[in-house]
Amino acid sequence: MALTAPGTAPAGAPAVLSAPVRARRFRGLRGAGAPGAQRPARRRVVRTLTPWLFLTGAVGLLLLFTYWPALNLFYYSVTDWDGIDLTKEFVGLDNYVRVFTDPRIFNVFWVSLYYFAASFAQMAIALYFATLLSFSTRFSSLFRGILFFPYLINGVAIGFVFLYLFQPGGTLDTVLSWVGVADPPYWLGDPNIVNWSLAGTSVWRYTGLNFVLFLGAIQSIPHELYEAADLDGASRWQQFWAIIFPGIRRIIGLSFILAIAGSLSVFEIPFIMTGGANGSATFVIQTLQIAFSFRQVGLASAMAVVLLMIVLLVTWIQRRLFPDEKVDLT
Amino acid sequence: MTALGALPRRDATDGRTVGQRVRSLSATSAKYLSLIIASVITLLPLSVLLFASLKTAPEYAQSGPFDPPANWFHFDNFVTAFTSGKMLEGFVNTGIILGVSLVGTILLGTMAAYALDRFDFRGRKLVMALFLIATLIPSVTSQVATFQLINGMGLYDTKAALILLFMGTDIIAIYLFIQFMQSIPVSLDEAAMIDGANRWTIYWRVVLPLLKPAIATVVIIKGIAVYNEFYAPFLYLPSEGMISTALFRFKGPFGAQWEVIAAGTIVVIVPTLIAFLLLQRWIYRGLTSGAVK
Repeated sequence: MALTAPGTAPAGAPAVLSAPVRARRFRGLRGAGAPGAQRPARRRVVRTLTPWLFLTGAVGLLLLFTYWPALNLFYYSVTDWDGIDLTKEFVGLDNYVRVFTDPRIFNVFWVSLYYFAASFAQMAIALYFATLLSFSTRFSSLFRGILFFPYLINGVAIGFVFLYLFQPGGTLDTVLSWVGVADPPYWLGDPNIVNWSLAGTSVWRYTGLNFVLFLGAIQSIPHELYEAADLDGASRWQQFWAIIFPGIRRIIGLSFILAIAGSLSVFEIPFIMTGGANGSATFVIQTLQIAFSFRQVGLASAMAVVLLMIVLLVTWIQRRLFPDEKVDLT
Repeated sequence: MTALGALPRRDATDGRTVGQRVRSLSATSAKYLSLIIASVITLLPLSVLLFASLKTAPEYAQSGPFDPPANWFHFDNFVTAFTSGKMLEGFVNTGIILGVSLVGTILLGTMAAYALDRFDFRGRKLVMALFLIATLIPSVTSQVATFQLINGMGLYDTKAALILLFMGTDIIAIYLFIQFMQSIPVSLDEAAMIDGANRWTIYWRVVLPLLKPAIATVVIIKGIAVYNEFYAPFLYLPSEGMISTALFRFKGPFGAQWEVIAAGTIVVIVPTLIAFLLLQRWIYRGLTSGAVK
């Protein structure tokens, strides 16, 4: 493919240059290829500027739309700003104290636990089917497609699909009546059940991704290992524990850590389906509501900073536990 | 068989005992049974919605969710969803925003990747670290401050706000480009340089054309992400709709008309399904490389 590149010299001769990895960047070429030595200062300026000219756009947007808001979050979080007022009064750590003491704010942390528990089910299901499909199976690409497809569907569409499913007298209640459950609960109306329903929806949505990641990791295990195990008479169960599980421990660990961060920042499914009603508000929903409905930007910023800190902490732990985080799945 | 007949009950045909064969047969049926159950759980919620979308309002009111529609070609609900649900506007807006932000992401991303992979300059490590740390910031919560920025720039309720946000938050694209660029031999750049090409010519004529496979992956990941994005258009473009928000607004006016909501939902899912069927291989590869950052 490289040979068809337009505007290149015959590829044979210079290909030798590419062999040493350290020569990837043109350090060595600069001296030889600079005929304008009579104006060295100007050339040096041009040379230092060139990479930055290529970087301006991307780095500019990164600083403007990621780092500037993030810095502002810290600033807003120590003020009582309402989002409109021209003056922002400094209030110290009051907002942070409120985040951890106000029961209405702190209680939503517990909602994350439902999603965290659900993510275990999600990983177990994904691992089970990834293992099944890693052995030769009829219609395996059909099954793989079906299991994966929900992950691609628009979140609002999924919200409606499950609002319809959970309706009183709807699909789920009909199925349950076939097996003799005459008096099903209000799946989205009962505060004791709503979070399980929503967490179940998110399992339906995200299992496909875990499944495809696990399947990719399992398939990258050298095939000879299974053959050797077969010759030694190992059962499928033994093969799973001796070959597959150790081979994908890293990606399982990574998914586990991502599940912690993910269950703290659950947003779309509950926001679309219930709007956070009946005790289904998550930390992110609460943050956005406080910012945009109750106009307490200062308090909401403090909540956002707390979430950011937790995510950074979890990531730091992840890097400690899995130092070489390169997960090559292709 | 080299078992020398030491084991009794060996079956001559495939070397397994009767018990082993029964067990493997039941294991196989358990395997397919569980796959079929999982497929039903995945497809059932979607199928009942399809049924609902093809029913007339009185028919929907009288029939249960599992009763198939009386007329499989009753498309009135889809027409209603499309016309009074403003879904066409949603598709057009999504198309415009997706198109512009894709071009922007690809140009800025490949340029940044070119600079980071092919140049050795002071600050390179810092820029890499900036891109890396940015992946950790949960973007939904930082909207609290991003909103003030967009508002301050006078871009609130414009498509430009969304285009800039989608362009400015794509770090995964840059990673994919860098990863792919490392496999393009530097000797090509050097040869072009000896021929007198400047850096821009090398980028535009040599590197960019060779990045096509990576660009295809980014188009797919980004396309799915923008098509499915809900909160950004909900927050920044209240007066118009992208496809997600157009569908979300069905909640009010069509509150109890489930047959119309169902039709709208199906309309949103069908393009995803078509894209998935056509691009399966690239989607698997793209999403697995994007998901684990």
